[in-house]
Amino acid sequence: MYDSMMLESIKEVEKTRTKRLNEEFARLTADEKLELLHNFHPDFRDDTQREVKIGANKGEKIPHEIADLLESKSLLNPKSFDIINAEHDVDVLIIGAGGAGSAAALVAKESGAKVLMVTKLRHGDSNTVMAQGGIQAADKTNDSPMTHYIDVVGGGGYTNIPELARALTMDAPSVIKWLESLGCMFSKDEDGTMQTIHGGGTSRKRMHFASDYTGAEIMRTLRDEVQNKEIETIEFCSAVELLLDEDGKCGGAVLYNMETKEYFIARAKTVIIATGGSGRLHLAGFPTSNHYGATADGIVMAYRAGAKLAFLDANQVHPTGVVYPKQMIGQLVTEKVRGIGAQLVNTKGEQFIHPLETRDVVSSAVIRECEHRQNGYEVEERQYAVWLDSPMIDLIHGKGTVKRELPAMFKQYERYDIDMSKHPILIFPTLHYQNGGILIKENGETEIENLFVAGEVAGGIHGRNRLMGNSLLDILVFGRRAGKAAADKSKNSDVKILSLKHVERFHKQLEEAGIESERTSPMLLPKYHK
Amino acid sequence: MGQAKMIDIYIMGKKYEVPSDLTVMQAMEYSGYKLIRGCGCRGGFCGACGTVYRTPDDFRIKVGLACQMVVEKDMQFIQIPFFPANKKKYDIDEFNADLPSLMKLYPEISRCVGCNTCTKGCPQNIEVMDYMAAAIRGDIEAVAKMSFDCIMCGLCASRCPAEEVQYYVAILARRLFAKHVVPRASHLEDKSKEIEEGLLDEEINKIVAMNKEELKNLYDNRDIE
Ligand SMILES: Cc1cc2nc3c(=O)[nH]c(=O)nc-3n(C[C@H](O)[C@H](O)[C@H](O)COP(=O)(O)OP(=O)(O)OC[C@H]3O[C@@H](n4cnc5c(N)ncnc54)[C@H](O)[C@@H]3O)c2cc1C
Ligand code: SF4
Ligand code: SF4
Ligand code: FES
Repeated sequence: MYDSMMLESIKEVEKTRTKRLNEEFARLTADEKLELLHNFHPDFRDDTQREVKIGANKGEKIPHEIADLLESKSLLNPKSFDIINAEHDVDVLIIGAGGAGSAAALVAKESGAKVLMVTKLRHGDSNTVMAQGGIQAADKTNDSPMTHYIDVVGGGGYTNIPELARALTMDAPSVIKWLESLGCMFSKDEDGTMQTIHGGGTSRKRMHFASDYTGAEIMRTLRDEVQNKEIETIEFCSAVELLLDEDGKCGGAVLYNMETKEYFIARAKTVIIATGGSGRLHLAGFPTSNHYGATADGIVMAYRAGAKLAFLDANQVHPTGVVYPKQMIGQLVTEKVRGIGAQLVNTKGEQFIHPLETRDVVSSAVIRECEHRQNGYEVEERQYAVWLDSPMIDLIHGKGTVKRELPAMFKQYERYDIDMSKHPILIFPTLHYQNGGILIKENGETEIENLFVAGEVAGGIHGRNRLMGNSLLDILVFGRRAGKAAADKSKNSDVKILSLKHVERFHKQLEEAGIESERTSPMLLPKYHK
Repeated sequence: MGQAKMIDIYIMGKKYEVPSDLTVMQAMEYSGYKLIRGCGCRGGFCGACGTVYRTPDDFRIKVGLACQMVVEKDMQFIQIPFFPANKKKYDIDEFNADLPSLMKLYPEISRCVGCNTCTKGCPQNIEVMDYMAAAIRGDIEAVAKMSFDCIMCGLCASRCPAEEVQYYVAILARRLFAKHVVPRASHLEDKSKEIEEGLLDEEINKIVAMNKEELKNLYDNRDIE
């Protein structure tokens, strides 16, 4: 429920609404965009990043919060930790049961491997389940993987690793076909044609969706199938460290029972890290749209084992995160709201940016409006927001559109007595997506033998900037590829005696670099309790 | 905006004083609980945070999602982060989208007494009883469509006198419907085949080999649907 001051501010928005209906805010020129980004995007602020002092990316700039975790000690004492008795001995160990992990598990099992999947919370408590907007694939007659590829690399500022972008776009139609064959309920026309719409930065309408529960529908379908296939999955079980042999080959992980607080060992011929993103690190103090377990654990483990990271200094802040009601703070207001007509408006009732500029540009514009131009609404002390004029949607497309097209969103606001089809909503950028991650090759391999990586934790596919709908795609493309490659590799992998010597060496490097902190990592869960 | 006033709540019977504008989940954290179970997405999508509660002015038991509801004065609650339920394993290719399939896997659906408790408790405002009635009729399409917003929180099952596992019936129906009733997308089939047969390899390889300038040229001049 809005208070009287908010309702006053809404009046300003309402005053200009009719006029704005026919007003298209001019798109920025390339130079204007650059200037905006450099001045206001958190990626470009000097105070948000520092050079990391040790490891494969030594000397490169990385956000403080991630660097802190990289420059931390292990939760284990590598010298005294006993790794002789392994509770599990499998072909493929998968760490993280979101979309990427579950897809990998299904394919690895199908390829004949004995699979164990472990995950920090419940199976499917993940970023995947939260995705609303959709998943891209070039499968219509007016579209092609080539066109998709151009969009992907253009959106990524030509920094994407070409072979990865190739795999992403070429596998896309078969991934959607796979989901369809599993009984994933996409929104379709009567004749079975997939309904597709535009997303930010797409040149064709290739965003497939399942109402606005796209990620949830994909996740629950994959989970149901993993259970049907009786793939062993252990919940509330985190990986905290990889195990390597004397040749540096990966051969398992140290696991941690979140409930009993016991450690145990899983040996595996190959390992797939699919631990997702890092929103819960709250980079630069931003709220986040991510699930509770998005704490960059996979990156930390892989870095200690010697893996190289890419584009970790590029993090996506989504322009429209909820600011009010504060119970929903950080949650995502899907891009679709702007896609179907809602404009961004300041407290004077003016537009200040074209609503469909790329995410980084829109976010920067909102930050400028609030922090520089003082045209934001002060929701709480120093917490500013601008209005997203959602009632425009029903004005443009007819009454009932908001409720029909955005049921999840509508329902959430309704719980707090806000009717977003009648009243605009207060938004500010929220930390949303980790563009970079552990550098991978086409089949999810890393530079560490037997170690594969898939999903948001991987880096290189999207370069410095991912387009909406390409992440759900990427986790399935590379989840499937990693699942297959890890299963095949497990058939002729010879791993010698395992140890935590790499962790010991890492601790030594910390010491040599003069890092004397008592910090430990991975974080596993953020600290929100008193 | 002023400071929220403080109210008493009872977490598993124990009194804590918390700001009145927190969600139940935030109130637990405010009271010192580090959540391991009962917290997943924090956004109403995963169903990890089912909670059962009572307020002093009402004799009824109520249920909701801890991440989605605000604390009420003097409410007493406990989370039900897990509720036992038997999910049946099945091979989706061996079942049709019909009543015999549902009955074979979940014969207990016929035990539903139509009490509507499930619907009243569903945090997603789904007509759970109605989709269960549709299941008993074998109307798979109706089950699939009515249950679509289900987040599998298990609250319906936790309150059901007939011991149904509504959300497992629902996902079975959705998958059978999407797989066996809805027509396949022919454009998907065509495009995947083109790619599999290598018909696009030459063209994509050409683009993959391009330098930044060439790509930029293509990108800047692309036509937008
Ligand atoms: C609100 C929201 C909306 C989005 N909308 C879209 C969209 O419309 N389209 C799109 O393409 N993308 C979207 N995205 C992005 C996309 O959903 C994610 O990038 C993607 O789902 C990540 O999948 P994943 O499998 O890599 O990670 P996740 O799905 O997050 O799964 C990782 C799993 O690993 C577990 N884990 C973490 N650490 C450990 C550990 N140490 N040990 C064991 N397990 C661990 C986690 O708990 C989690 O279950 C959205 C993201 C969010 C948050
Ligand atoms: S609670 Fe159980 S018995 Fe009652 S209507 Fe729902 S499914 Fe039927
Ligand atoms: S139908 Fe049952 S499991 Fe699904 S959301 Fe409603 S109460 Fe939860
Ligand atoms: S934590 Fe996911 S629904 Fe509440």
